[in-house]
Amino acid sequence: MTQSVVLQVGQCGNQIGCRFWDLALREHAAVNKKGIYDEALSSFFRNVDTRNGGDGADIHKGKIFSLKARALLIDMEEGVVNEILQGPLRDVFDSKQLITDVSGSGNNWAVGHKLYGCQYREHIVEKLRRTAEHCDCLQCFFVIHSMGGGTGSGLGTFVLNVLEDEFPEVYRFVTSVYPSGEDDVITSPYNSVLAMKELNEHADCVLPIENESLFSIVSKIHQMTNSGKLGSTVKQNSLLTSSAGSIKTEQEKPFDAMNNIVANLLLNLTSSARFEGSLNMDLNEISMNLVPFPRLHYLVSSLTPLYTLADVNVPSRRLDQMFSDAFSKDHQLIQADPKHSLYLACALLVRGNVQVSDLRRNIERLKPSLHFVSWNQEGWKTGLCSVPPVGHSHSLLALANNTCVKPTFTELKDRFMKLYKKKAHLHHYLHIDGMEQSCFSEAISSLSDLIEEYNQLDATKGAPRTDPSRLKIAM
Amino acid sequence: MSIVTVQLGQCGNQIGYEVFNAICSDFHSTHGLCSKKENESYQEACKERFFSEEKTGVPVARAVLVDMEPKVISQTLSMAARSGHWKYDHQSHFCQKQGSGNNWANGYSVHGPRYREVIMNLVQKEAEKCDRLSGFFTVMSMAGGTGSGMGAFVTQCLRDAFPTSFILNQVIWPYGTGEVIVQNYNSVLTLSHLYQSSDALLVHENDAIHKICAQLMNIKKISFRDVNQVIAHQLGSVFQPTYSSEGASQYSKSPLGDLMESLVPHPEFKMLGLRNIPQMSENSLAYSTFTWPGLIKHLRQMLIANAKMEEGIDWQVRPPLPGHPVPPKASPNKALHFNTSIANLVVLRGKDVQSVDLGGFRDPALYTSWLNPQEAFNIWKTPRAFNKYEKSASLVSNSQFLLKLMDNIVGKAWNMFASKAYVHQYTKFGIEEEDFLDCFTTLEQVISSYASL
Repeated sequence: MTQSVVLQVGQCGNQIGCRFWDLALREHAAVNKKGIYDEALSSFFRNVDTRNGGDGADIHKGKIFSLKARALLIDMEEGVVNEILQGPLRDVFDSKQLITDVSGSGNNWAVGHKLYGCQYREHIVEKLRRTAEHCDCLQCFFVIHSMGGGTGSGLGTFVLNVLEDEFPEVYRFVTSVYPSGEDDVITSPYNSVLAMKELNEHADCVLPIENESLFSIVSKIHQMTNSGKLGSTVKQNSLLTSSAGSIKTEQEKPFDAMNNIVANLLLNLTSSARFEGSLNMDLNEISMNLVPFPRLHYLVSSLTPLYTLADVNVPSRRLDQMFSDAFSKDHQLIQADPKHSLYLACALLVRGNVQVSDLRRNIERLKPSLHFVSWNQEGWKTGLCSVPPVGHSHSLLALANNTCVKPTFTELKDRFMKLYKKKAHLHHYLHIDGMEQSCFSEAISSLSDLIEEYNQLDATKGAPRTDPSRLKIAM
Repeated sequence: MSIVTVQLGQCGNQIGYEVFNAICSDFHSTHGLCSKKENESYQEACKERFFSEEKTGVPVARAVLVDMEPKVISQTLSMAARSGHWKYDHQSHFCQKQGSGNNWANGYSVHGPRYREVIMNLVQKEAEKCDRLSGFFTVMSMAGGTGSGMGAFVTQCLRDAFPTSFILNQVIWPYGTGEVIVQNYNSVLTLSHLYQSSDALLVHENDAIHKICAQLMNIKKISFRDVNQVIAHQLGSVFQPTYSSEGASQYSKSPLGDLMESLVPHPEFKMLGLRNIPQMSENSLAYSTFTWPGLIKHLRQMLIANAKMEEGIDWQVRPPLPGHPVPPKASPNKALHFNTSIANLVVLRGKDVQSVDLGGFRDPALYTSWLNPQEAFNIWKTPRAFNKYEKSASLVSNSQFLLKLMDNIVGKAWNMFASKAYVHQYTKFGIEEEDFLDCFTTLEQVISSYASL
């Protein structure tokens, strides 16, 4: 069994991270009734004997003493991390896993990346090494951050570089929250594009998230559960947005519901690696199957169902509905419509009481309405995990490498150019040591190249298919 | 003589477990329909072939379990132990933590060499437990990373370490509509490499078995367990003890050797297909009766028309009449495409096997011209019924059964290769574009050879 380490950087990263750990504990508590520290738990948690105070030794088997998250919390201002450490999750984190500063990054990628990056590099490497040493077999780093700010965006991508340098064999999965058009941070396009270049070059897989999508999912759930139509028959802890049953008991904060969705995404992504199933899908398989060319590693994700009704017997029609929903644009975590764009590859990770025949039936049913690239007409990767998420009898995570990410990138580019043409706010960046005009031009060029690659693929969509001629053998 | 089974990867281990389970349950079957003496003879042969004795009396499967991640093996070991009737040797397994990531190159070039010594030691230990070793039976899928890549490497190692033993690779052909996106690459790499070191490849297709589950077994929600149990039944129906020649007084001592001798006269032709009838759910068994002529007629037509199961057989397909030219294979009327065989083996189990007329299988029109039809067709039988089927007939065929499948998979892989998609994932671990080209060449050769039969 392998371990993964979560790196939560910046305010957004830490808030999502916090929800992730909470829901992870909830999930394991539901499955692990005997309180034994098992392999599934060890993928994200250490078992530490803290009876004698301080940092006890790791206990690899037997009863659970005290679970510590395999995480690094990084923020250049203290507010968010301090709140986590005073909240109900304080015992899950080790004081040695934090890197904080006081003044923040002022929504400036250069401050995060160049200034703090330089300053804290050794610190970061040392803490990463410690965390890695606690792992038997470290497989993956999960970086959670936002793109629009300064710390998450700048320092987060700096950490990505460090990970590649120091741990080249370990996979780097990045969950990035992209800014919306009406983002209140004026320089978010700069920050995002500068960060994109780093993601292009140093991440193995990126799961882009947009707040607008999370928000519409939250509204939808809210509407369904409060409209009175389904009302009382919805299982509260099954809501994709819910913290019910977790440690957090106080009033939910405004972003909690949205962040819970992202937390659930990460839990579902790693479920097959942690729990058993008839067709396992490990993290390294996701990267292998979904990334046909090194730079095209942006995966659009969708989670269904959004909630479960309390009915115990779910007819297979509802199961099929779950599959259909996964491809609808309302369930995607970015503003995109994969059905009308071109698929390079698609992965379906099913959890719960679903068998291979259900999976096949639905793939056959949905295939005709989806466009796959000519060289990957049957580009499906599937996984079956027996353990469903809390509150559900089954669930589905769909990951698509699809050209529908392109609009997100082109809009980002447009917003960037609007500012850049006027050289607005540029001086805030350029006066940071290590920042030059070329950083900007290289970044936008990297983004343009990426967009162009997607354009070329899109151009093949609908074109008549000519298969390359096969090798001829002389008899 | 004994067979050592090597179970590789998730699929290999899941199927391997079902195979031993099926064999053990057949061993204990009280519906043998034969004399007590016969039954005891059968049981003894079965035991020697597949199990070794342990002090506790519980038979221990002659198997080595290999996987690059621990979950499946630990499940497999505990399921076997819980059965109470048999178990695995808990020392005979090897696993790592990270898996192969569906990457053939990772399985073959990284994991294979790295763990070669440990794995071969385990195999050696199992081989030494056998009084006489008939050969090796490996179970693997082609689509993933461990079964396929590491499986290919281990097969090579087996060939090097045991040059005189027989090696039969049980290979699982993935569903046409992906389980794994790079399955076509992994399959092409596996097939071409196995062809060098294996004696024969026995293929089971997920799509075909799935259909059997749906249409013949009437299973509504088909799970991988169901599919694996059908495969296990089919394998058991071939490899449980039989008398392999007319007038033999003892159960065959060398099943793998007999198989190779009967079916693989030429090293260019190693692809074997398996058909078994009747196949139905246990509930229906009680209400069905079969006659040998009926079963044999169906089995023969399944061979000729390349049908995967006993329903939906195309009865229009006929072998070419003697003296008439064989219709061109590239005939647009694919439905009338006749499946030419190199050699066939029929295994009969159960009531009245002595009276079965297999003349239809000796028809020279079924075969290519190289072998005397008397040599091209072999029969194994036993009066001891298998697994609750009063009469059971299996066909192992070296014929054009797999031609279309191979052509398909090579076509899709080539299509993907032309755009260079995913190739960087393989070059990362040392499999270069030239290696791919070599594999494509090997397989095009095999396809061409089978097509021109």
